[in-house]
Amino acid sequence: MNVDPISQKTGQMYLARFGNQILDLCATIGNAVMRFFGSVGRLAEFAARAVMHVFTPPWFGRQIGRQFIDIGYYSLAVVGLTTLFSGMVLALQSYTGFARFNAEGAIANVVALSITRELAPVLAGLMVAGRIGASIAAEIGTMRVTEQIDALTTLSVNPFKYLVAPRILAGTIVMPVLVLIGDIIGIFGGFLVSVFRLDFNAYNYVYQTMEFLEPIDVISGLVKAAVFGFIVTLMGCYNGYNSDRGAQGVGAATTNAVVSASILILIFNYLLTQVFFS
Amino acid sequence: MTAFSSKVGTGLREENAQSNMTTANKIELKNVSKSFGPKHVLRGVDLVVPKGSSMVIIGGSGTGKSVTIKCVLGLMRPDSGEILIDGEHVEKASGRKRDALMKKFGMLFQGGALFDSLPVWYNVAFGLIHGKKMDKEAARVVAIEKLKAVGLGEKVADLFPAELSGGMQKRVGLARAIATNPEIIFFDEPTTGLDPIMADVINELIVQCVKDLGATAMSITHDMASVRKIADYVAMLYEGKIIWTGPIADLDKSGNAYVDQFIHGRADGPIGRNTA
Repeated sequence: MNVDPISQKTGQMYLARFGNQILDLCATIGNAVMRFFGSVGRLAEFAARAVMHVFTPPWFGRQIGRQFIDIGYYSLAVVGLTTLFSGMVLALQSYTGFARFNAEGAIANVVALSITRELAPVLAGLMVAGRIGASIAAEIGTMRVTEQIDALTTLSVNPFKYLVAPRILAGTIVMPVLVLIGDIIGIFGGFLVSVFRLDFNAYNYVYQTMEFLEPIDVISGLVKAAVFGFIVTLMGCYNGYNSDRGAQGVGAATTNAVVSASILILIFNYLLTQVFFS
Repeated sequence: MTAFSSKVGTGLREENAQSNMTTANKIELKNVSKSFGPKHVLRGVDLVVPKGSSMVIIGGSGTGKSVTIKCVLGLMRPDSGEILIDGEHVEKASGRKRDALMKKFGMLFQGGALFDSLPVWYNVAFGLIHGKKMDKEAARVVAIEKLKAVGLGEKVADLFPAELSGGMQKRVGLARAIATNPEIIFFDEPTTGLDPIMADVINELIVQCVKDLGATAMSITHDMASVRKIADYVAMLYEGKIIWTGPIADLDKSGNAYVDQFIHGRADGPIGRNTA
């Protein structure tokens, strides 16, 4: 069989080009994978250093106190409103659904379980990620860009101890407290709708809630809250600390802090649920 | 070039030894290199700063001046080479040794780098309160003294940095740099962004403060008026290496075409337009 030498050459050329494209693709994927593991490694190292500084002196009491107020006290309104309306809408939605099966009696249980196990920690976590994660990243990022972090080092103060440790400590401790308050407000929201809109008996509603709720339901939510508090403050500090130069760098750090914290919250929520209830 | 600079360094050492038998080199850089990815910023810097003298590093933007100073401060780790402060290695120091080294330093940052959440007096007293564990009341008294030393009244003490003009922020930065009576003070572009008169005021304050403290100073700048005012010795950094170093008196007769082009601010010369 005779093969035209020109078409054979063209074929080889196409093959070579195709091969190169495959190699380029492999290199791109390889680089992306390397970058991903590189950033996971850097984040893990940052987290380990941060935790180490939380447990070793000196501690900056004023900074820690300020963070407790910033992260905890000032987030109360946001978390309270979020859980209040979640509880209310949950009661309303459950009623319209459960009425079809004559199971309206289960509303109190559904509200209590959903709020304590899932809605209060996750929604509070996401709201705090937006409020606190962004502000931490913007503040530390601006300090990085304006050399304030270098200035701390030259004044013999470790930036991890002064900036990172207080935020992570406050976030991890204060989030469970916020979520516990959110649990109460959320259940109260369900109670309000059930009693005043759906004409439930107030005593029965409270009785059912108290009777059905197990300590593990609340505790699992609080453990989740502590983990989410750690994630939000860690991602805020990490992205701010490694912020690139200029306004754009700080903007990107803020976005990354909120997005990465939100995604990690959702992933860890699944993992922790599996640990607690499977 | 390396051989030349070390020769000058030796010259400085001898000169210094003659003036004071007990003096030694405060800062020594030996073949320091630093890269960021494929970009080689420092390619073997050799530099000696005698105790009690003021060394100014000149060079165009992006020649590695800031990286040099950050390596000496321990804010960056060089890829290779040695940096010695009083004969102790900075690049290997960690933990307590590093803390002890940091206590010898004071630094005036280019943009001031004042902590905007803290009042002026606390900014100045920061190193005293947290670094030297001084009582707050006593630290405030020292802070107000230092503010006076840089020409700022007591009223400024309770303002926040954002309420101050650029020149005042530089003065507060200077007061903070000298507050702990450091042995070595670093100045990063001390006159950038200031009007010529305020720049001269800052230059005079720098000279005065360094003299009063008997400190060793290491500055980076591209402002020639500032160089002539504050320098005892000058070193020129070009393409990541020290290409000339010597006493300020020799600056105009360096015989180095790069130095001549730089100090006279000529667009044409051996330094390409894209790098200058």
